[in-house]
Amino acid sequence: MTRSAPPTARGRLIRSPRGLFSLVVLALLLSAALISLVWLPDDPNFSSAYRAWLPPSPEHWLGTDGSGRDLASRLIAGSRVTVLVVLGAAVVSGAIGLVLAVLAGLGPRWVREPLVILIDVLIAFPTLLLAIMLAAAYGSGIPVVVAAVGIGFGVAIGRVVRAELRQLAREDYVLAARAAGLSRWAVLRTHLLPGVAPVFTVQLSLSMGLAILAEAGLSYLGFGAPPSVPSWGRMLAETQAFISVHPAVVLWPGLAITLTVLAFTLLGDALREALDPRLGGERSAAGADAGSGATLGTATGLIAGLPGAPPDGPGVDR
Amino acid sequence: MSRFLLVRALTLALGLVVASAIIFAALRLLPGDVAQIIGGTQASPQQIEALRQQLGLDRPLLAQYLDWLFGAATGRLGDSVVTGTPIATEIAQKAQVTVPLTVYSLVIALLVAVPLGVLGAYRRHAPTSRLMSVLGVVAAAVPVVWAGLIGIVVFSTWLGWLPAQGFPRSGWESPLSAIRSLTLPALTIGLIEGAILFRFVKSATLGALGAEHLRTAMAQGRTRLQALIGHGLPGVGLSIVSMLGLQAAALLVGAVVVEQLFALPGLGRMLVSDVGNRDLIKVQSTLFVLTGVILILGALVDVLHRLMDPRLRVEEDQE
Repeated sequence: MTRSAPPTARGRLIRSPRGLFSLVVLALLLSAALISLVWLPDDPNFSSAYRAWLPPSPEHWLGTDGSGRDLASRLIAGSRVTVLVVLGAAVVSGAIGLVLAVLAGLGPRWVREPLVILIDVLIAFPTLLLAIMLAAAYGSGIPVVVAAVGIGFGVAIGRVVRAELRQLAREDYVLAARAAGLSRWAVLRTHLLPGVAPVFTVQLSLSMGLAILAEAGLSYLGFGAPPSVPSWGRMLAETQAFISVHPAVVLWPGLAITLTVLAFTLLGDALREALDPRLGGERSAAGADAGSGATLGTATGLIAGLPGAPPDGPGVDR
Repeated sequence: MSRFLLVRALTLALGLVVASAIIFAALRLLPGDVAQIIGGTQASPQQIEALRQQLGLDRPLLAQYLDWLFGAATGRLGDSVVTGTPIATEIAQKAQVTVPLTVYSLVIALLVAVPLGVLGAYRRHAPTSRLMSVLGVVAAAVPVVWAGLIGIVVFSTWLGWLPAQGFPRSGWESPLSAIRSLTLPALTIGLIEGAILFRFVKSATLGALGAEHLRTAMAQGRTRLQALIGHGLPGVGLSIVSMLGLQAAALLVGAVVVEQLFALPGLGRMLVSDVGNRDLIKVQSTLFVLTGVILILGALVDVLHRLMDPRLRVEEDQE
């Protein structure tokens, strides 16, 4: 009996419509940011009273704002801040999450228990408040946004990955590897870390999306990028005063943010399905929905900065 | 139960202490000279020295921290450096906008999420329920600011139904106009949080529909709907209760942005302008009050959940 080889995770990701959509959007974002480094339709900071509120034209693709700045250029240039914040948040939160998870999950008792309490407290500390606190102490800027988002989501990732690590550490094959004489570190590297990789990747993808929302909110409040740096959140703040007269202007930055966040959310969903070997590519609609709900708890947790899933998951029977 | 209460109260107290220490360290310890920051670059050395004495910044750090902590416990937080009014009074006054706004948006989120989530799971394959799921995912990706701006354009500029910004000067003495000015802000955060809660309710209901005790109930002759209402929804309700603390926290934080957007005189707007005024002592207290409320809500929800869930009680009896 011949069976076709199961498609690779990458193949499954590209084949799913959600995965393809998100990869296309993220590729667009990245190329916009890269292209903007060498070329832009116009200087995003050039303002002139003679060209205020111009309608879209071949010269100004999306028109101009109240200061006469080219909206398309500002939008494209704004993608740089987004990419910077997303990458920064991913590195910081990934590192914090992984270290916290390993120490609080597998460390000696005197490290583990205080860390678990620390995670519980830090997770109740909303990311937005953390950012405001840092901005109050050190002044506003992109580093503050990256630090706040990285710490906030890092703790949330750490909590989820820790639970997964603890569960894996009790599995028979891990115990067998220990019994066979592998060192703690070798077990961690060869069995545990690859085992939590899918959960970690999915959480990372979700937190990258939420990082964009956090950046937009913080830039809107004035704690993000400085005024000379175009960013999507700041564009929302700049257009606010004129929305009753020029409502169309507010459309573009909002659309850009929503599309990018959506791409990361869907990438998370698609990754979960593509990476989890237990799912084998086939799953019922119920399973898929329940799955997205389970991480969704964490997604909400990331927003609120609070524990992800409720103490007992939905519909758990004891 | 009493043991659970004791442990929960202790972790809450520990959480409050850790949170206060983090806030104190971030705002008093790390930035260097707090008096210099509050005074700004224009202040003379004499002014800064006076400020330092007035705020007690020349005393040992531990004494400053303990003073603040006990002051917070008894409601004495000192005076604002900028306005001169007691900080506790200002926080209490601004909470009169933020608390109703949070409750209002929580009600909206629940009204949207619970019926649609249960229906979406019950009729999983219906086209409308698939559409709802797509809308839910999209709405969860929308930035709060943008949603609010679109709301202002549609409901106040075009339709003229609701005020675009502001809060009545007389406050809650004119309740109708106060509620009117909170409606659009509450809709903004309520609908976005509702979209997130919707996915949660739907997956919880799907889980309940697939549970074995529901199948047993149906095997005994109940219809799928009867089984869901009688045996599935209580569990779903409990899951929702366990999420309430989290939801309230998300809404409270959402209020910070939305108050700015709609020019509402609440805690979030006060916090943002205090940061701008470098009123670090007040920022410290406001942050602690907000985090404290979130920690206390989390503990209350845990206790409520424990009281309501018979499964947890049984487990305890067996202990």
